[in-house]
Amino acid sequence: MDNSRRRFMKATSLAALGVGVTSSLDVMAAGGGHSEPQPRMLPNQKALTARRWGMVVDTRKIKSKHDLEPIIEACNKIHNIPNYQNKNHEIKWIWEEEFKHAFPTQNHDRLVNKFKHMPFLVLCNHCKNPPCVRACPTKATFKRESDGIVLMDFHRCIGCRFCMAACPFGARSFNFRDPKEFIPEINLEFPRRTKGVVEKCNFCAERLAVGKLPACVEASKGILTFGDLEDTDSDVSKLLEKHFTIRRKQTLGTEPSVFYIV
Amino acid sequence: MAKSKMYNKGLIAIGLIVFLVLVTSPFWLNFGKAAPAPEVVLTEKAKAAKTCVRSKEFMTREHMQLLDIWRDQVVREGDRIYVNGQGKQFNMSLSNTCLDCHSNKTEFCDRCHNYASVNPYCWDCHIDNPKEIQ
Repeated sequence: MDNSRRRFMKATSLAALGVGVTSSLDVMAAGGGHSEPQPRMLPNQKALTARRWGMVVDTRKIKSKHDLEPIIEACNKIHNIPNYQNKNHEIKWIWEEEFKHAFPTQNHDRLVNKFKHMPFLVLCNHCKNPPCVRACPTKATFKRESDGIVLMDFHRCIGCRFCMAACPFGARSFNFRDPKEFIPEINLEFPRRTKGVVEKCNFCAERLAVGKLPACVEASKGILTFGDLEDTDSDVSKLLEKHFTIRRKQTLGTEPSVFYIV
Repeated sequence: MAKSKMYNKGLIAIGLIVFLVLVTSPFWLNFGKAAPAPEVVLTEKAKAAKTCVRSKEFMTREHMQLLDIWRDQVVREGDRIYVNGQGKQFNMSLSNTCLDCHSNKTEFCDRCHNYASVNPYCWDCHIDNPKEIQ
């Protein structure tokens, strides 16, 4: 009996080996036989690239809110940002904020007068350690490893808003309503969002991909500078080298990529 | 053991027949009347281009998989150029490439989707074309 079992095992394993070898040969034959090359996917040749994108906001150049309006408007327009009349439903990608709200830890009652009412420009900080990414249960929000931009895949967002709770900068907004009717002028080249989706600044990833600087930077007349933080020759690195800068809520350790010259 | 007896044989038989006829009625009513496969209309722009990103057969069968791959590649990897088997390049964008040629949603997309009873929500975010007359 032992013997027959042994023979049976031998026979089956040989057969299995035979099947494996012939099928792998088939695969190899099929691979070589095709005449048409497989389609490929490539980045755009003109795309701007960096190891870690960053921004410097020169607050010395901001005189009043009129300097910031065109910047905010440029972003709202190209990204189809809805204007819900209700302040509680507001969608913000880049917006103005008072110093005491933007930099609560640096605020004190002897703060220089001009900072007390001057508008500051704030946006997603594209943190090096983004807490929103850790909070997202569906990986809808992620940090792009190639250039450090914290991006969103709107298709995957389930609207749980964990990321909004996790973000210490209030940089994320939720669509409580269908934005369709609230977009003043639709830009057909950029998608809209639906009700129940979170959205935020994407550092204009879609513009960088075709070799353009972010829309806010283009409209800023020198207030904003954009570049590679890891490249010592970039415009942002040179500015950071020359001037004293602060970041929002530095002590939290999220390592923001947006710096403010004050 | 006493032989079991079936009461109301006639009524039961009639009831069963009525039940079977009712249950199978959709088959009899629609027998031989298969809805014709939908015909899609190509826009002038699509006709002029002659070929799509891939062959017509591939696109009919697998455009959803292709779009899914495009979406992940563009959003996650930042690769936006698609080079097909013939070496021709396309911008991987539903809004700006696909719907640029196929701008007639009701006559192109909707016809097959309605026939197949699928309800994709691509157009909630990607243009529903303003050139389109509803």
